[in-house]
Amino acid sequence: MRNIIIIGNGISGVTAAREIRKRSDDHITIISDEHPYFFSRTALMYVFMGHMKKEHLKPYADAFWEKNRIALLSDRVNGIDFENKMLRLDKNNPVSYDVLILATGSLPNKFGWPGQDLKSVSGLYHMGDLDRLEKWSGSIRHGVIVGGGLIGIELAEMLLSRGKTVTFLVRESGFWNIVLPPEESSMINRHIREHGIDLRLNTELKEIIDNGRGEASAVTTSKNETIDCQFVGLTAGVHPNVGWLKNTSLDIARGILVDQYLKTNQDQVYAIGDCAQLRTPRPGRRPIEAVWYTGKMMGRTAAQNICGTPIEYDPGIWFNSAKFLDIEYQTYGFIPPSPDDSTHTFYWEHPDGKKSLRINFDKETGEVRGFNLMGIRFRHKVCERWLKEQKPIDYVMHHLEEANFDPEFYARQEKDIRQAYAQQFHTTFA
Amino acid sequence: MYTGTALGLFGLLILLLHGAGIRFFSNTIDLILALLSLSFGILIYSYALYRGHPEGIKNNGVWRRALTSRGWLAILSGIVITGFYIVLYFYPQYLGLGADGAKNTGLIALFDPLSQLLKRQPASQWFVYGVLYTLAIVFFGIKFMMKYRHNRYQQFRTLSVMFFQFGFAFLLPEVLMRLNRPYFNFANMWPLNYYFFDQWHIDGLIHAGTLGMFMLIWGLLMVFVISPYLTYRFGKRWYCSWVCGCGGLAETAGDPFRHLSDNSLRAWKIERWLIHSVLVFSIVMTVSVIHSYLGDDSSKYWLTRSLFLGIVSILIAGVAGGLYYFKRYEMAKDARFGMIGAASAILLLLINHFFSGNGNIFFIDAGSLRSWYGFAIGSVFSGVIGVGFYPLLGSRVWCRFGCPMAAILGIQQRFLSKFRITTNGGQCISCGNCSTYCEMGIDVRAYAQRGDDILRASCVGCGVCSAVCPRGVLKLETGEIGVKL
Ligand SMILES: Cc1cc2nc3c(=O)[nH]c(=O)nc-3n(C[C@H](O)[C@H](O)[C@H](O)COP(=O)(O)OP(=O)(O)OC[C@H]3O[C@@H](n4cnc5c(N)ncnc54)[C@H](O)[C@@H]3O)c2cc1C
Ligand code: SF4
Ligand code: SF4
Repeated sequence: MRNIIIIGNGISGVTAAREIRKRSDDHITIISDEHPYFFSRTALMYVFMGHMKKEHLKPYADAFWEKNRIALLSDRVNGIDFENKMLRLDKNNPVSYDVLILATGSLPNKFGWPGQDLKSVSGLYHMGDLDRLEKWSGSIRHGVIVGGGLIGIELAEMLLSRGKTVTFLVRESGFWNIVLPPEESSMINRHIREHGIDLRLNTELKEIIDNGRGEASAVTTSKNETIDCQFVGLTAGVHPNVGWLKNTSLDIARGILVDQYLKTNQDQVYAIGDCAQLRTPRPGRRPIEAVWYTGKMMGRTAAQNICGTPIEYDPGIWFNSAKFLDIEYQTYGFIPPSPDDSTHTFYWEHPDGKKSLRINFDKETGEVRGFNLMGIRFRHKVCERWLKEQKPIDYVMHHLEEANFDPEFYARQEKDIRQAYAQQFHTTFA
Repeated sequence: MYTGTALGLFGLLILLLHGAGIRFFSNTIDLILALLSLSFGILIYSYALYRGHPEGIKNNGVWRRALTSRGWLAILSGIVITGFYIVLYFYPQYLGLGADGAKNTGLIALFDPLSQLLKRQPASQWFVYGVLYTLAIVFFGIKFMMKYRHNRYQQFRTLSVMFFQFGFAFLLPEVLMRLNRPYFNFANMWPLNYYFFDQWHIDGLIHAGTLGMFMLIWGLLMVFVISPYLTYRFGKRWYCSWVCGCGGLAETAGDPFRHLSDNSLRAWKIERWLIHSVLVFSIVMTVSVIHSYLGDDSSKYWLTRSLFLGIVSILIAGVAGGLYYFKRYEMAKDARFGMIGAASAILLLLINHFFSGNGNIFFIDAGSLRSWYGFAIGSVFSGVIGVGFYPLLGSRVWCRFGCPMAAILGIQQRFLSKFRITTNGGQCISCGNCSTYCEMGIDVRAYAQRGDDILRASCVGCGVCSAVCPRGVLKLETGEIGVKL
């Protein structure tokens, strides 16, 4: 029986633990300094908004861990001796491991803004951020959110839900347009404004102003405007939580470098989830993909490698989903903000301005490269199959119905979509 | 919103004052005033609540408000509703029911004008209850439709329960009575309608001519043919969240409380034992009641007691045995569970037949057992606890723990239905919205995060898990049994 220790009880660490338990009888311990139990970070917003209580965030009942013989330790690891395979802890005596999995997640980015460490300034990542926001909530009337990405819009929605007004500073010319193509981005811009959020594009944070008691009282922007506020949300992305591991023999770039088996350069040490950086990512993929789904896949892969069935990390076809206020978003395959020279992009938008479909496909062969959806649900399995089998756009257009995953009785858009396609590409299709 | 609340409370006040014997104008005017205040109160409140907000999920603050998070307001409303049910069921005289042909007074008298208009009879406590119940389903139904105005599944489903409650459960039976026909709700069936097989009911139908016979045959068809078929095609939702009146109230007036259902494993265990025990009990009771009015002499009537018991035993054994044979590998645990239930039912029946005297069940008179069942299950469970405890235990306590109809449809759904909820690939982020808002206390997330389909006996197919899922992971679907979509 080996002694397997996992640092971090997020989705990646917990998936690894569960999958190892399925395959072996080893001793498993998960150490975390954040919360005694695994919880869904992705749902923090719903607690603040009153949709759920904290206890609903736990995907497994508390009895699950003992039943599956997964030991949980609440403590912070402050150093690792890779030579002797030992961990130093804040509160407990050092512990030794046979196999170590690093699943330490991310930390919010801060770019050295003046005032970034004031009270009532926070990112949204940890449970502690939620608790602080809850504590301050009573005195917040207006909040400023900095950074136009997924977490920023969630934080804006949270404040709105409690009757606060929000200014949303976005550096780019459209919401999240480093990922979204212009049409989708402007749909979300409109929707953000529909909710009464004061969206300011092409605007950066310059400084957070202290009210004299160590709290934020206003911000100034790159356009030299001053905005009074009682809270500043910093949501300009995240970076791997590896600072505390620098200056060790562990090989680190932005994240902890791992090979295709998710092994680090240290014996019996693996890294997974947000904190891991692939030395050689697959074509078209990024070396760090800080999302829930890849954390889960990495956890499973690491477990297999640890339990004697070596397997390369294969994240499959890229997919992701999110919700921007009331508009659901799904993406499958490869949809860059603007298509390259070899790619056509087909875009259809519903007249209500809240639903759209984009399909990118090869100019020569017609094979589909990716799907972007707003306000429509597609079936994961079907999209994945089409992309894997490199189906041509004509085939896909003929079989759109197969992919629909909307609830029953929803208005169907296939006819309009085909017409739009025929129009845009001057085919006699439809 | 305040206007709406005030208007609604004013309507309630009129009812309350009449309960205390105080009148404003005439009964007719006061009744119109009260019903209009209640209806418009709800409408104005809902309009103000959702107006100006873009379409979408409206659960902000649900766990922060006293009424919807078991706060003081929830306890207060629980007490008030429970109190109302207790008075309604057991002390109707306090509502003003005139005993032995005496004239109604108080609250019930207030409803006399409407009752006279519909069926030319004075009102009873059941009429008062029926009017208020229907009003709640229709107007809170409209509220629910405003809340889910982006979701056509929710809208159609709600229109359907509103229609069945207003047309089939309320209006049609009253009109039938006006025409001197038997009171009959075509959308209700045994065992939810626990008196269907009672002697007085069967006799009443038999003596009511062609329409009566049609009603009798319709009732039997509903139980044995129509409902199994519809459940096979669509899942039990066709009834529980599209037609049924109990479900209808839970989905409309009860909607603000759906998240209070306990979704722990322990609650699931209690649910399975309780609901199936009620089913066994209701079958045994019904069979005994029929048994008690059949004879032993085959020359008088072809259906004798022994023949009847034989048929019932074979039927139950056949269903249970068939299930066990065909499904024993996939669903061993549940199948065994079913076996125990069926076997104990048959055993009870036989013991009853051989050891108990005429018309007795375990030496207790079938009639009194039947009325005890009516009291315990029909009144206390479905009404007092089922609705009275909405603000504390969630909206589907009765449907989940006590309804024998739900138990039967659940067994059909679990083993013989094309219905399931599918999970969209690996897209679940384990957020927990689905499990929180499942009114049946199903831990939907436990399935979704593994990528499994959800195939649960208790799922009433309300579709709310699918609606609240922020990643579009869940879809209510039908497809070939045992084939993953
Ligand atoms: C608000 C929000 C919304 C999101 N929404 C989505 C979404 O919709 N879809 C999606 O795909 N992704 C989403 N993400 C991203 C997703 O949550 C992360 O990719 C994922 O949680 C990362 O999991 P992980 O296991 O790698 O790390 P984490 O979940 O960060 O877990 C790491 C844990 O390790 C602990 N830890 C770190 N260092 C130590 C130490 N030295 N000692 C002890 N414990 C330590 C940390 O405290 C933390 O608890 C969201 C993230 C946030 C913050
Ligand atoms: S599982 Fe979904 S559809 Fe079924 S009862 Fe629960 S919320 Fe409704
Ligand atoms: S609501 Fe959706 S994403 Fe959240 S746990 Fe349920 S299935 Fe998963």
